[in-house]
Formats: sequence, structure tokens, C-alpha cells
Amino acid sequence: MLLLILKRIGLGLITLFIVSLITFVGVEVLPGDACTTYLEREAYGAALDACIKRLGLDVPAYERYLDWASNVVRGDFGYSLSGEMPINEVLGPRVKNSLVLASVSILIGIPLAIVLGIITALWRDKLPDIMISTITIFSMTIPEFISATLLILIVAIWLGWLPGIVIIPSDATFYELLSNIILPVVAISMIMTAHMARMVRSSVIQVMASDYVQMAILKGVPYWKMVFRHVLPNALLPAINVVALTIAWLLGGVVVTEVVFNYPGLGRLVIESISNRDLPVVQALAIILASIYVGINLIADLMTLMLNPRLKSLQIRK
Amino acid sequence: MNEIIESVKNLSIGFNSQKGKQISILRNVSTNIKKGETVGIVGESGSGKSTLALAMMGYIKQGLFPLKGECLFKSEDLLKMSSRQLEKIRGRKIAMIPQNAGQALTPNLKIGYQIDEALRLHTDLNKTERDKKISELLNKVRLPSPETMAFRYPHELSGGQQQRVAVAMALAGKPDLLLLDEPTTGLDVTTQAHVLELLRFIAKDTGTSMIYVSHDLGAIAQVSDRIVVMYAGEIVLEGPARKILKEPIHPYTYGLLKSIPKLSLAGLPASMPGSQPQPGSINEGCSFYDRCNLATDHCKKNSPDLEHIKELDTNVRCFNHKELINQNNNLQTSITKKSNNSEAIEVLKLKDVSISYAKQKFFDQLLNKISDQNPTVKDINIDIKKGETIALVGESGSGKSTILKSIAGLLKTKDGQIKFENDRILSSDLKMRNPNDLRAIQLIFQNPDESLNPNHTVEQILSQPLKLYFNLSGEELKKNIIDLLKKVRLGEFYMSRYPRQLSGGEKQRVAVARAFAAKPDIILCDEVTSALDVSVQAAVLNLLQQLKEDLGTTYVFVSHDLAVVRAISDRVAVLYQGRLCEIGPSQNVYKFPSHPYTEVLLGAVLEPDPDIKPKLVAEDIVEEKPPEKGCSFQGRCPRKIGDICNLEVPPWQIGENGNAIRCHINIDELASLQQ
Repeated sequence: MLLLILKRIGLGLITLFIVSLITFVGVEVLPGDACTTYLEREAYGAALDACIKRLGLDVPAYERYLDWASNVVRGDFGYSLSGEMPINEVLGPRVKNSLVLASVSILIGIPLAIVLGIITALWRDKLPDIMISTITIFSMTIPEFISATLLILIVAIWLGWLPGIVIIPSDATFYELLSNIILPVVAISMIMTAHMARMVRSSVIQVMASDYVQMAILKGVPYWKMVFRHVLPNALLPAINVVALTIAWLLGGVVVTEVVFNYPGLGRLVIESISNRDLPVVQALAIILASIYVGINLIADLMTLMLNPRLKSLQIRK
Repeated sequence: MNEIIESVKNLSIGFNSQKGKQISILRNVSTNIKKGETVGIVGESGSGKSTLALAMMGYIKQGLFPLKGECLFKSEDLLKMSSRQLEKIRGRKIAMIPQNAGQALTPNLKIGYQIDEALRLHTDLNKTERDKKISELLNKVRLPSPETMAFRYPHELSGGQQQRVAVAMALAGKPDLLLLDEPTTGLDVTTQAHVLELLRFIAKDTGTSMIYVSHDLGAIAQVSDRIVVMYAGEIVLEGPARKILKEPIHPYTYGLLKSIPKLSLAGLPASMPGSQPQPGSINEGCSFYDRCNLATDHCKKNSPDLEHIKELDTNVRCFNHKELINQNNNLQTSITKKSNNSEAIEVLKLKDVSISYAKQKFFDQLLNKISDQNPTVKDINIDIKKGETIALVGESGSGKSTILKSIAGLLKTKDGQIKFENDRILSSDLKMRNPNDLRAIQLIFQNPDESLNPNHTVEQILSQPLKLYFNLSGEELKKNIIDLLKKVRLGEFYMSRYPRQLSGGEKQRVAVARAFAAKPDIILCDEVTSALDVSVQAAVLNLLQQLKEDLGTTYVFVSHDLAVVRAISDRVAVLYQGRLCEIGPSQNVYKFPSHPYTEVLLGAVLEPDPDIKPKLVAEDIVEEKPPEKGCSFQGRCPRKIGDICNLEVPPWQIGENGNAIRCHINIDELASLQQ
């Protein structure tokens, strides 16, 4: 078991290494470099030379990669070009903001999705299912930039209940944030909950049709007891991986929603740094987002392994 | 003894078709279950036997609903009860033993918990008493180390052990009536015989009434006091087990019994024409009319009622049953088959073949070799003559299908050679074989549902090999397809059908036709009849035999069913854990002296005859791996003589009948031991 965990962690690290190489090479082969971007029209003569020297662009690429990589391992992403401040300082508040948005969405969205999924499955083809399923399919098919815009139009402009866009400094406190994120959370949850509820629904339906559920009924197990002991543990197991992907997607920044609501999270930072050609920040973001994906999927795999007796004993026997 | 426990009265169950018509699956079924009695319900798939059994627990599958009638358990109608009331009866008064315990046990709950759940629901015992009861129950169903068994998960047990757990779970509530839905189908022959023996013991020990549902008359014969025969949703025959099996007075039961291959009988079983009518397709007349050779015009117009024959204590649904009484002495006959001449040349030779499933280690991959000291299949030497049918028999894990895959080129061999025609070595890698060799060896799979592409019509399925190997097209292609269909006795109109529009037997005929399309020299048959109903199985066996006699094809026939093998094969090879135990002409392998494993297998075969009881000579342990040294059967052998069996690979001995046996015991001594 321990060996397996180590193996998975090792694989994750290799993935991260490859991601870092690809982003580094990608940045290298782009025409121009940090200095030409930074200096724009003044990128000639002495100013350019001085810049190149200052940023250390005169050394060979592999040396710069090694230098950069060893700094990253130590947690130092270097300097941002546009603001000329340490990237860590740029990232810090953004990560926090994204975390707040993601965790609130997760706390609301995932339990809601599971409950809705179970309700629709147990009352399959009856009124609750038809109603909830219609709504979920509807909110699944509307792209988030439309649903987000509609929310702003209705709630913020017509009704005037909540601010339409988030106008807060990127280092706002948690409480300041909370009142501002209601609309973004609703927009994100709509799509996320719908997807997950559909998945939970089909998973529960599949388990309800299994031989062991029929057996439990014929054994005289009362309905709700059967649902909680025989159905849900087996039906929710495959949901873990989907939940993990959703969480990773949320933490990685919900780009469109953040842009629509002007929310200072990681997703908007990605867009901003790409359009500013702030290459060190792009590199740093790539590594961070990849780490989030790898880390969360690792946790999900291990959880599945722990909770599924079939996989667990398979591993122990090996 | 005569107290009636459950009584089904005029029960009809059906569903609404898409056109809004009511279609019945069960039609007007009435029967009584007496206290302490075991009733066998037998019928082929689609006869409504499982629907009837589940209705007897008040359970109707989704999509179905009762049309009329009642299921009275102790004079209360189960079909009218609320789910609360049913929870009090299910598991406590009527308990179920399911078909596939592997899927019927909840995968995330330990064995102990699942039995405990039944105890908590249906008894007043406290925790310590329940724990004691759990090991008592596990002990009663003869599971090894009942104390630790409770802490294991269902997937950690073998198929036979899972089935025993299901039995223990059913017994937990001390039910008055046990419902068994094909409880031994899917188990190995020896395991099946053991589970049946356990069920018989429990019936006697606890005085519980049982309803035993199965398609297998062999299993039914072993346990039942009374038999109910179902056909197309109706009871067609009902009476004491012995009478039904020995003197069946309904033409369907008669045909069914004739179509079962029997160990004691060489030659092919007689098949019944046609197949069971689909629900809703019967409008008037007897439902068996199309397949009956006694049918008259009267049967076409009028449907017979269940008639009570007093002297036989039997109910029968047939106008002409009197004519059958005289026919019954013909029950023990079969169709003799032409044997090939033994002078024929050898077409396929397996020489010292070993096959390993072990993963290649990194260095071995580089050197392209497999270093497995204890391969799954080892030292197989078989010479196959042109035009003969050689059968590979054994239980699951015996390596029979593995060998077949290697001959087909789907699995690489580790050592040894496969030689084809004039001792030419055939590569065990499909990609290295030339097109003509590929054409010459064809494979028919067990399950036609999975081996036929559901999106192709029969025409497309059959045209593929014809296009590939013979480059046919246009009119010529069509003519060939029609010829092939004719060979497997299917009409031209089948060309435009999709597999889902065919019955199981028809699908397997298409699969047979596809194999013959390549004009092969050798056809590999992998359990080709095990997914089919008995009457259909007999028809497919007869078809294969007929094609072989006409075309001189060679068959390598893999099966776990010794009676089927006896019917179709000229020679038999018995395998255990990937090692050959015995090989010889089939009439001799089925006679003594035999290899002890053959003896165990033959003893466990269930015959549809209440007078022939299975002989259980070895434990039904499941061995996961062949032993590294000595005889492959050492772990279970009832005739083990000592250390020599563990250490040395036994020598081949040739008996006077021409069968070769691999055993340390002298063959003459074996003969006298097995008398």
C-alpha cells in the first residue's frame, strides 16, 4: 500500500517535471523574449543589452531552466515583468481569492449535487425527477458566460440586489469577499452541480438495478436502510474521481466566470498575464495549476483505493 | 406433511407493449407448495419460471405487473401486501437463494455484516448471540474457518463459497420456504454437486420447503420431490419427480429429456425443432403446436387445459398425452454418429506447448522471452487427426480455452511448437501467419451475443470472411451467403436481419456459418453450446456433426460439460490446472480405469435421473495456481499415494482401451480400485 502511494507520488512528480519542461520550451520558442516584450519599442541598443544582462538572458537556455527550476522547488518563482514585483506576492492574494471562491462553491455545490442526484434516481421518471432533471439539463447546456451575464442582468441590474461585478482590491479580506462572491458562486454551481447530479443519478440507477439490491429487498431490508447501506456506498464510489476533477477545475480558476464578474482570482490572472506577455508569471501559473491537478487526482485515487474493498485487498495481496 | 404453505392461484403477470397491448409472461398459473416439500420448476429461458418464483415472494420485476390471480402465503395474498408487510415476510418466512451469489452479495459489505443484517431484521438475538449464530451458520454451510470468514469481503471468496454464504444468509431468518433461483448455474461441475448435496442436507435437516428453479433437469432431478414444467408462461406438466423424469406424458418434457446429452449414452441427443414462442405471439391453440410432432388440427385451434391424470398423480396440458405413454421406453436412445476413420493423417500437432500469463519482466521483454518456471499451461502434447472431433475438458482454470487461443494465434506460447499440415511450424503470433493459415483455422465463441457485431446484418457478418479470403463480390457473394445460410438451416430472409432479431440458437447458427464461410480445415469451438438452452444445444450439436460429416472438418471442442463432450467428440483430453491428465478415444475415457480427476469429474455429473446420484469423492477446493512440482492434481486427489505425487511428475501409462493416463498408480491397480 505504502509502495503504491510512493509510486503514485513519483509519477505525479514526473508529470510536473514534464509540464515545467513543456512550458519552458514553449516560452523559449516564442518569438521575442522577456526583454523585447518588456521594453517594447525601446528594445534596442544599450537598453536591451542592459535588460538582457539584468534578467540573465545571456546564459544558455538549459542553464536558465536549471536555475529557474531549482528556485521553483524552493518556492521562489522569480519576478513578474509588468509589476516588477516578486511573483509570490502577485500570486498570493489571487490563490487565496480562488480558494475562497472554490471552497464556497464546493461546499454548496457538491452536497447539493449528490442530494439532487440521489433524489432523481430514487424517484426516477416521477415528478421530482422530471422537474430536477429538466432544470439540471437546462443549466448544463447554457454556457457559463451566458448564465453569468443573465444573472448580472436580472439580479444586479433589474433587481439591484447584489453588485454586478466584484470591485474589490485583490488583497481584500475574507468577509469583504464573501458578500461579493454570491453571484459568481451561483453561476459556477449551476453548471457544476448539474453535471455532477446527472452523474450521481445514473450511478445510483445502475446500482439500484443490480442483483445485490434485489437480494437486499428480498432479504427484507427496509427501503431506506437498503439505500444507505447497500446502494449509496457503491454508487458514490465512482463519483469521487469526478468530484476531484471538479475541484481541480475550480481551483485552477474558472476563467470565464472570473472574467465576467471581474473577480481577482487565478483564472483572470492567467488571461491577464498572457495578454501582457508576462512570461515568468505564465510559467509560474502553469506549474501551480498542474500541481493542483496532479495533487487532487492523487488524493482521489488514494481515496477510491481506500474505500473500495475490492481494490484494497488486491493491492495488499500484491 | 400435507399442509399447504404457499398457493398460487390463476396467476397471470405481464407488461404493456409499446403498442399499448397487454402481453402476459405468466398465464393462468396455479400450484401449491406443501410443507417440507421440494418443488422443482423447470423450463427454458423465457418460460416465466423466474417471474413465477419471484412472484411467490411478492416481488414483481420493474416493468411487469400482475394481471390477475393471487399468491397466497399462509392464506394471505403477497401481491396485495404493503412493502412494510412484505419486509416482515421476506427473509423471515420466505428466503431467497439467488442465481449468482457473486453479484447478489453487496460488494462493500463484509460477509459477517450481511448475515448479521438478516439476523438483526428477523430475530431477537443480541449482539453476542448473533455473532455466535453467524459462525454457526457459516459452519452449517461447510465453509472453512467460519470465524475468519465473517470478516472477509464477497470478492475474496470463490464462486462456490459465495453461494454457500448466500445459503447461510437465507437460513439466518429460519424461513419456512426457501426459494432457489438457479443456485448452481455458473458453478463448476464438482462445486455444483457439492452445493446441491448441501441443499439436500439442509432441506432434510430443517424441514424447510423449497422451490428450486432451474433450466437444468439434472440438478432438478437431484433435489425435487415434485416437478413443475413451464413452457411459454404456462404449466404444461406437473407431478411427482420420478414420474415426470421417467414417464413424461407431455411432448415438450419428452423432447426436453431427449435433448439432454447423457453420460451413459454415446451419440448425439435428439433435438426439438423450432424455439419457444415469444410472449404475446400466441393467439389461439396450444403454445407448443409449432414444435410438436403429435400435433393435430385440433391442437391448432384449441388450447388444452391442465388435465389431472389420477393414476399418475400428474397434471398435463396436452390433448394427445395418451400417445406418449407408449413412447417412453425410447427415452434412452440417441442418434448414432459416424466416426472418422482412424487412418486419417494428422493435421495439427501440439508439441510440448507451454503458455504463460505472467507479465514479462523488463529484461525479458528486451530479450523477448518469457521466464516463468510455473506456466499456466505446460507440456501439452496432442496430435489431432483430420476429420476428428477432439474435446478438451476441465473445470474453470484448467487451461482449455488458453490452449484454444494459442492455436488460434491469439496468445503467444512460451515453449513448444504448434505444427500444421506436414509438420510445418505455425507461429503462435497471429501477425506472423500467412493468410491461408489464418483462413484454415477458424474460431466459434461461447456467446454469440458478444461475438456478432450488433450493428451488422447477417449478410454483412457472413460477407466479411468471403470478401477477405475469396475476394467475392456481387451476385457470387450473395449466392455464397445463401448457401451458407442453407447449410446452417436458416432461410434466405435472414440476410437482412440484425443479431438482436434472432434467437440464441439462430445467432449461434450464424456464428457457425461465419466460421464455415472461410472453408476452414480446423474449427475451434469454445464452449459453443453453454449459453444455449438444452433443446437448442442439441440442435447446434447435431448441426456441427452434420457439417463435419459433409465437409470433413476437424473440430477442437472445448467444454466443461462432460455429457456434451461425450455426445460430440471422437477423442477426449482431460485437463487439470493446465496439465494433461488423460487422453484417449471418448468411449474409453468414460470407462474405467480413469485418471483420478476424470473419476471425480464423472462422479459429479448430474443426470436427469433421480436414481443416479452424484458421487462426491474430492473436496471442491479452488486452487489458484498449479503446483510447482509433481502431479497437477495432488492437492485434491482422492487417491493420492504419498510424497511421490508431490515431487515427481507422473508418467504416461497406456491402458488396454487405448487411453493414456498420467498417474503414479499402476493402471491395472487403478482399474481394480475404481470397480
